[in-house]
Amino acid sequence: MNEPTTGRDAPILEVNDLNVTFRGGIKAVRGVSYRLDRGEVLGIVGESGSGKSVTSLAVMGLLPEGAEVSGSVKLHGKELIGAREEDLTRLRGKSIGMIFQDPLSAFTPVYTIGDQIAEAVRIHQKVGRDKAARRAVELLDLVGIPHPDVRAKAFPHEFSGGMRQRAMIAMAIANDPDVLICDEPTTALDVTIQAQVLEVLKTAQRETGAGIVMITHDLGVVAGLADRVLVMYAGKPVETGTVDEIYYRPRQPYTMGLLASIPRMDRPTERLIPIEGNPPSPAALPPGCPFAPRCPLRVEACEDAEPGLERIGTGGRMSACIRSHEIDLKGLDGATVYPVPEAVVRQEENRPRAERETVLKVDGLIRHYPLMKGAVFKRRVGTVYAVDGISFDIAEGETLALVGESGCGKTTTLQQIMQLQPPQGGTVVVLGEDSAKLDRAGRKGLRKDLQIVFQDPMAALDPRMPVGDILAEPLRAHGYGDGKAVRARVAELLTLVGLAPEHAERYPQHFSGGQRQRIGIARALALEPKLIVLDEPVSALDVSIQAGVINLLEDLKVRLGLSYLFVAHDLSVVRHLADRVAVMYLGKIAEIGTVDGVYGNPAHPYTRALLSAIPLPDPELERTRTRILLEGDLPSPADPPSGCRFRTRCPKRALLGEAEARKCAEAEPAVVRLAPAGDHGVACHYPENTEAVAAPGV
Amino acid sequence: MRSKVTLTRLARNSQARYGTLALVLLLALAYIGPFLGPHDWTDKDFLAFLSPPSADHWWGTTQIGQDVYAVTLRGMQKSIIIGFLVALVSTGLAALVGAAAGYFGGWVDKALMWGADLLLVLPSFLIIAIISPRLKGGSWLWFVVLLAVFSWMITSRVVRSMTLSLREREFVLAAQYMGIPGWKIIVRHIVPNLSSLLIIDATINVSGAIIGEAALSFFGFGVQPPDVSLGTLIAAGSNQVTGYPWLFLFPAGLLVLLVLSINLIGDGLRDALDPGSNK
Repeated sequence: MNEPTTGRDAPILEVNDLNVTFRGGIKAVRGVSYRLDRGEVLGIVGESGSGKSVTSLAVMGLLPEGAEVSGSVKLHGKELIGAREEDLTRLRGKSIGMIFQDPLSAFTPVYTIGDQIAEAVRIHQKVGRDKAARRAVELLDLVGIPHPDVRAKAFPHEFSGGMRQRAMIAMAIANDPDVLICDEPTTALDVTIQAQVLEVLKTAQRETGAGIVMITHDLGVVAGLADRVLVMYAGKPVETGTVDEIYYRPRQPYTMGLLASIPRMDRPTERLIPIEGNPPSPAALPPGCPFAPRCPLRVEACEDAEPGLERIGTGGRMSACIRSHEIDLKGLDGATVYPVPEAVVRQEENRPRAERETVLKVDGLIRHYPLMKGAVFKRRVGTVYAVDGISFDIAEGETLALVGESGCGKTTTLQQIMQLQPPQGGTVVVLGEDSAKLDRAGRKGLRKDLQIVFQDPMAALDPRMPVGDILAEPLRAHGYGDGKAVRARVAELLTLVGLAPEHAERYPQHFSGGQRQRIGIARALALEPKLIVLDEPVSALDVSIQAGVINLLEDLKVRLGLSYLFVAHDLSVVRHLADRVAVMYLGKIAEIGTVDGVYGNPAHPYTRALLSAIPLPDPELERTRTRILLEGDLPSPADPPSGCRFRTRCPKRALLGEAEARKCAEAEPAVVRLAPAGDHGVACHYPENTEAVAAPGV
Repeated sequence: MRSKVTLTRLARNSQARYGTLALVLLLALAYIGPFLGPHDWTDKDFLAFLSPPSADHWWGTTQIGQDVYAVTLRGMQKSIIIGFLVALVSTGLAALVGAAAGYFGGWVDKALMWGADLLLVLPSFLIIAIISPRLKGGSWLWFVVLLAVFSWMITSRVVRSMTLSLREREFVLAAQYMGIPGWKIIVRHIVPNLSSLLIIDATINVSGAIIGEAALSFFGFGVQPPDVSLGTLIAAGSNQVTGYPWLFLFPAGLLVLLVLSINLIGDGLRDALDPGSNK
């Protein structure tokens, strides 16, 4: 390739006034400009629909036909927009590498990982077959895949999600690209795996010296990785600057709100500040500033014209707001500008936990699935120990959070509780009723008091039913009275969750994600339950919307005296919402106790690793904190390690003597209380008892 | 909103537009036409046997002096009713059996699907041909039942597999956890969510049933005299096609038009309801 020679300081990638319009006049990207220097990490941040992914696809020339792209994208000074497809193909994978969110779909299932990486090498470099294969093994080694020579011969489905993402990175850096575009590379991964993959990305960048464009909605990930940040809203960049400027001195109301709405582990008790309203639809943008309808600093002039990026202060700092200078002068921040929603006055729960009624008691719950093989004659070849003897209880008015990575059995636990059927082993007692001893009528009666809110607000509401019918369904099923009473209750429920009664006539698809989740919550509340199971209720929502839903859940709990069983993988949300927390690992409880106890003094090495893996939206802290990185992946629940299930990945094991380590392999630790009086139990032979390393400032 | 989108897409689809227009005209012909004609279908004009189309007998007469216009329209009414009834019954049956098998699983699934498979391997034409004449005294509705019973199985298998995936959806789980009984979940959540498939299937079944009815009646196993249907009329006219073509051409032509218009609507519906198609 004869690339034009450029000076040292010339940007490797320069995007100027990029516009993407889809069929039907939908302007997905409007005037995005940025430059990326060698070795620099640029974070592009925005909520779903802000156009951040479309921007990167346009840069790669990967947009579907029918999308109109205008503007300029220059790689080493060479224009890419309008370039011939063959030229672009030569550049993709060679000069620009891309890492997608879903690594499974990025690999062809019928070839081995090694072959696919070798192929990527051979397309762009003239090397022999075996040399390419050796290079593939080297690359897999570089991204930290154990036994790379063996694993190179494995097929994509034999890799776990984290491993696949590593392999994807290996493929992306196979040809020493100058630019790596990462589109939500860790969104589908668990936190401990995310921490590993982010480390790998840093290594990859060191090795290749490439510039990275990091597209994500997670402000924590960007804080630790990026040098500069570009914030997008409604297809347009609204603020750009160095990572410290953006995080500590945001000068655009949207950025300010976004930062203020994140639940933070280091500030757990503060009330979250949501941004009211929803992002505008790209087909119907409001006149003037697209953020104006949601902006607390709105003045009349905001509706006149859309503000462009303007330089703020000295340096490369840009912000698109007519009041940015004023914000800069007054030094405003999100917490002062946005109205902090009034919290419902908490009636102090004076009675100690032991005296309150127990709404849910799970004791030694077991759920094993048989592992079958064979098409005609099925035979049992093993057992998946999905949930293997867990115990916890929830007192009245309390929130217990069940946290853990995917595959740890939290969803199975929920299902076992919700089904109200006799469990395989152990007992589930809901409001004093043993689920094993219930008859049909008793079970139905108990369902009134036990309700659930699902993760995906899109899937949880029947798309064929108007909202009014959705909310009326549980009422009718339990004989709530005549049509008039049902209608009145539906209106009451909608008001309760912050929607309007006239919304009852619309269908779920007319609502945004946050509103749909509110409808889901309203449905769960319809029968005035005592215990609500929340299955990842906010993980599908954008941060600015998520804050509002978390506040709503908090308020409802206080106002209606609810108890929550809250399942989540986002530990910062848990810190915010829960009173007690149970950390699950591979079908067992590793640690359980009050949030202050578990987060403040994590005693189980797994909890410590989990807490340290969470990226904090604070660049300074991110740079200084040390991470406990776990080795490898979650073992298969069909073949758990003997003794302590965490021992294969335990960072503590290296510090133990041989005799001590043998105990971990032989005896399975039970959950024991750390102090006789305290509410903090841990399942570890050698629990930690030092200060927290994980969450500074707690 | 969804139904509105579907309707606008349907209206934009020229196939469906012409199909609907043709069907409406044919329905009008079948049900309003008899009032306009000068003769009743039971009338026999003893002065005109096998007379060609004329001002008095628009479409000619038969060998016993019946007015072909009146008789054909009468036959078409019967064919249309049978077609729609069979489609309704068989699609309904397919939806309920398939949804029940998919939703409940276990032995319900096994039993229902075994039954469906059994009906699939039986030669339906032969069985209807054997049973139908034995019901001579009975109503033609028996014939509808027979036709419907042999035409739901494949759809029900499709419905079953779609139900299997719907069953895992969270809104179905939500309904279960609310304590709503299974059959109510099927009726209220599962079947409405399969409605696009079912609408298309019902439309296609109408034309299938009309053809099936005509074929069986042609061989004398379907609608029994004195009742007439397009099939019996085609059968009666077919041996005189060269000498007296109006006896055959009018019923046969109407049959083709009817089936064609319904198939056009079916195709248009499929395009309109399929979110993937961009027409």
